[in-house]
Parts: sequence; structure tokens; C-alpha cells
Amino acid sequence: MASPEVVERLSASARQIRQDIIRMTYHAGSGHPGGSLSVTDLVAALVFHELRIDPEHPDWPERDRLVLSKGHAAPALYSALAHRGFLDPKVLPTLRELGSPLQGHVDRRKLSGVEASTGCLGQGIGMAVGMALDARLAKRPSRVYAIVGDGECQSGLTWEALMAGGHYALDNLVVLLDRNGLETDGKTEDLMGIEPIADKFRAFRYDTVEIDGHNFPAILDALAHARATKGHPTAIVARTVKGKGVSFMENQHAWHGKPPNREEAERALAELGGSL
Amino acid sequence: MERKSESLRDAYGKTLVELGERDPSLVVLDADLSGSTRTALFGKRFPDRFFNVGVMEPTMMTIAAGLALGGRTVFASTFAVFAAGQAYNTVRQSVGYNRANVKIVATHGGLLVGGDGGTHQMLEDIALMRSLPGMTVVVPADGPTTRAAILAIASFEGPAYVRLTRENLPVVTDGTFALGRAGQLREGTDLTIVAIGSMLARALDVAEELHQAGVEARVLDFASVKPADEKALIRAARETGAILTMEEHNVLTGLGALVASATSTTYPVPVRQIGVPDLFGESGDPWKLLDHYGLSQKRALDEAWALLQLRGKVS
Ligand SMILES: Cc1ncc(C[n+]2csc(CCOP(=O)(O)OP(=O)(O)O)c2C)c(N)n1
Ligand SMILES: [Mg+2]
Repeated sequence: MASPEVVERLSASARQIRQDIIRMTYHAGSGHPGGSLSVTDLVAALVFHELRIDPEHPDWPERDRLVLSKGHAAPALYSALAHRGFLDPKVLPTLRELGSPLQGHVDRRKLSGVEASTGCLGQGIGMAVGMALDARLAKRPSRVYAIVGDGECQSGLTWEALMAGGHYALDNLVVLLDRNGLETDGKTEDLMGIEPIADKFRAFRYDTVEIDGHNFPAILDALAHARATKGHPTAIVARTVKGKGVSFMENQHAWHGKPPNREEAERALAELGGSL
Repeated sequence: MERKSESLRDAYGKTLVELGERDPSLVVLDADLSGSTRTALFGKRFPDRFFNVGVMEPTMMTIAAGLALGGRTVFASTFAVFAAGQAYNTVRQSVGYNRANVKIVATHGGLLVGGDGGTHQMLEDIALMRSLPGMTVVVPADGPTTRAAILAIASFEGPAYVRLTRENLPVVTDGTFALGRAGQLREGTDLTIVAIGSMLARALDVAEELHQAGVEARVLDFASVKPADEKALIRAARETGAILTMEEHNVLTGLGALVASATSTTYPVPVRQIGVPDLFGESGDPWKLLDHYGLSQKRALDEAWALLQLRGKVS
């Protein structure tokens, strides 16, 4: 069980990340607030609690790896990495500017702490499988975490890669699904249904747990369970709310790829206990 | 020069609806980007003939091919990086090899994607699509040409690829477009500028600057990339003696290479190429990115003067 202090600390980090997401997309005038806000708690739990990473030694070979397959949620990861010491938080407002390390989609060539460049959906799990195989071959203790979107689960690439993770019985691999129910144009189940998604993961040989993706004790439990699982990869189906934390963005697909204007950013930040 | 700017994507969406009214068997597919590609306009009007399949671009092309093999005209849209990149081999086999009547209209080509960055800035699609036997390739420069091009590709049976731009572009043509024919927007005999897409307005601005300096440049709109108007290129080579090409694409494999190769066999003249160097793009303000990657008006003007010098037309 997670201690109340840890949960309190992670909640504070998540609030900080959500504020940054609003400020960053507002300054950039473009970007993806909805899916960044839904994935925030998963990212916070990984970056501030679960991952063995060291900003002083970002290339430490034995570190754990996080692959953000839904690379458009970049602002969430950038903020977490900044507050974890991988970059100066002063850089955050340069999101998407020419010359910034903060590309619209996460880019490993420009920012240490980013393990794989993504942006074209469907490719993150495969890279994570490769990293997990690499760790196994080299007998390194590294664990590999891939975060995918539910719209992204419509892609055949996702299932090919999942199949490989199951086939190679990669128990150092964890796939986290940000099940926010929405993609760009609407509900996943209206466009191309992915249910029963947990059963699909199980059929692909994943030890699968379903949790509330905004509940830190549940997230930490699931990650601990994954660590203890041998002989299978783990899938965590995290039920989330797209736009979580900002009332007028919650469950609205219109906020998938639209930045807030000044008035909206101020309103959002007021709800999150921050300011522009 | 001040010109009215228009959305190529809006022109596409509206023309699709027009086509849908005309042809009750026409169907449209999209891969979760229908608001951005504007196929949503068609989807709203004809929900039964619209399939938004989600994030599965390679399979969208195979479904499109299957629908087309039954005799329908099929439009399939997503961003250029997914249409030509992600889905390349299903376009190659299911659409191209089958000669299926699928019209791929890809939006968000080139650097003007802006903030999304290098993963989304497709700079190789013209090369990929032009390499496919039987594939028609069109890169309109403005709204009126977009409409005309969409009508043109709907009027024949077989695959086609149209590349559109995310940003609004200045209206520079009167919308006359014919496959296999270059549009001449400006007459001149000192030099020819051949341009596509967002670069056409810049080409006209360069020509105007040259005119102020007493040099007359011919400007060709090469929207019909394939079939290419080779006759117009040979004529340009013969009558003007030097060619400058301008494109928002990897310069190794796009319009510049096409023009150089087409002229070299018959009437070789110097061909200078403005295009994106052999690099991936990055995030940034769309218009600043064009300048950053060497697609500025100034750079084009410098190349034009260099060509004129090379031909002994100025000292
Ligand atoms: C291969 C590919 N196709 C299309 C896109 C454009 N796109 C970006 S995000 C997105 C929707 C993704 O939905 P989901 O995975 O549910 O993301 P989330 O809801 O977590 O933001 C789309 C279609 C892309 N980035 N990659
Ligand atoms: Mg989603």
C-alpha cells in the first residue's frame, strides 16, 4: 500500500504538471491538452515514484525506460521531467518554438530523459519490446514502460507489438493504456470500438489489471503488481478522463488538439490552483 | 504582395460534398482526422457513405481499395505523413498494383505543419507517390486549384494522390487546371521559375522583384506533378535558358529532380533547386520554418541572380 505521504506528494506533482500543460499549450498556441491531462497521473506515478532514473546520469544503462507512445501528450512528460531535474522548468514555455528542445511530439535527440521519439501512433510498444529484449539479453535489471492511447489501440502496429511482447514473455515490460474513451473525432467506441480491451490484452498473454487511472494508490499497486509478475508482460488498463482537472475540458473530444485561449487558460488555471 | 488567402482544406471538403451530390455511389474514408482534413463536411451530409475508421491508415487504404474494386469512386484522407508514409505499402499494393479507383487526398504536407514538428512534417510524399506506376500526383497551390484538381481526379478511373497544405495560402491562380499541363502564370524569357504548393506565391513574388530590376522570369505552376508537362519544361529550357525550382519537399527527390531529369535528356540547362535540405523538420512557427530551411524569398532571389550570371545575362 502506498503511504499517504507518497500519495500527497504525487498529487501535488500532478497538479503542478496539469498547470504546466495549460500554460505550455496556451503559450504555444497549439498542442494537445486533453490527452496530456488524462495521462498526467500515470506519468507522475512513473516519473516521481516508479522509475529508476537519475537526472544526473540520464544515460545510466541500468535505468528504467518510459516510452510515451502517444507522443502528442508531450507536455505532460516535459513538465514531469522538468520537475524531476532533467531540464530547467524555465524552458517549458518554449514548447513548439523553433529551436526548443520541447518538440510538439517527444524527441529523444533534443531532450535527455526522452527514451524514444514518437508522434506517429502505434510505434511505441514495439520500441519498448525492443528495449525490454535488449535489457534481457544484456542481463540488465531495467524495466520498460510504454504508455499508449485508446485510439492508438486501433492501429494494427499496436497489436503486432503486443503480440511480440507476449510471445517473448517479457516480464520486464509494462503497457499502460490511457483509456480515456476519446480520440480526435469522438468516442473510440463510435469510430472503431476496441472493447473488450482487457480481454484482448489477456488473449495476447498480458497479466492485465484494470484501475482508476486518477487514483494514486491504485496506480502504485498496479505497478507493484507488475514488478512482482514473472513470466508475462503486464498491461494496466487505466480508466481516465480526457481533460481531467479542467471542468470544461473533461470528456470533450474538442479539446484533443486545441490550445486554450487566454481567458480559457486563466479559467483552467484557477480550477487547478495556479495562474498564468 | 497582398493577396487573399484561402484554406485548401476547406476547398477540398466543399468539393467533396459537391461530388457526393453528383455521384451517389461515391464514398469517403478518414482515419480520425476528419475535422482537420475537412472530410467531416462530407460525413455530415452523407453519414451512410462516410467511414471514419480510426487510427489505422494502412488498413484504411485496403478498405478503400476493396470498396473501389466494386466500381465506386473512393476518397481517402488523412495527413500526408500517414497517407504516403505510414500506409505506403498498402497504397502500393492494394491501391496502386490493383489499379483501384482510390483518390488519396492528404492534408498537412510539408513544413507548414508547424508546431507538431518533424514527425508530422511530410517531406518525402511526392517522391514516394510519384514512384508508384499509374499514380497521378497533384500539388495545388491554392483553393481554386484544389477544387479543380479534386474534380479532375474524380473524373477518371484510377489512383491519385493530392497533397494539400495545413496553412491557408494566397489565391494566385484562376483555378484553371488540367492534368499533364503546367499553368503559366507569368511570361518571361530571361529565366523560368517552376513551383508547387506554398512556393508558387513566393515564386511570383521573386518574379516581381526581378521585374523591378529589369529581368523577366516565366513562372510555371506545376500542380500536375504526374503526369508532368515535360513539353512546358523543354520549352522553358529552350526559351529562357535557366530554371529555378521551388518546393516544400526534400530537395533530393522532388520537383527539382523531376525538372532536372526531364530537361537534361533534351535541352539541358542549369537547374537550381529551392527545397528542404536532406533533413527532418522540427517544431516552429510554420512560416518561420520555411525561411529557416532555406525556402525564403531572399534565398530564391539569390539563386535566380546566380542563374542569370551563369547564363551571362547579368554581370
Ligand atoms: C499513425 C497516426 N495517425 C494519426 C495521428 C494523428 N493523431 C494524433 S492523436 C490522435 C488520436 C489518438 O487518440 P488516443 O490514442 O485515444 O489519444 P488520447 O485520447 O490519449 O489523446 C490522432 C488520430 C497520429 N499521430 N499518428
Ligand atoms: Mg483516447
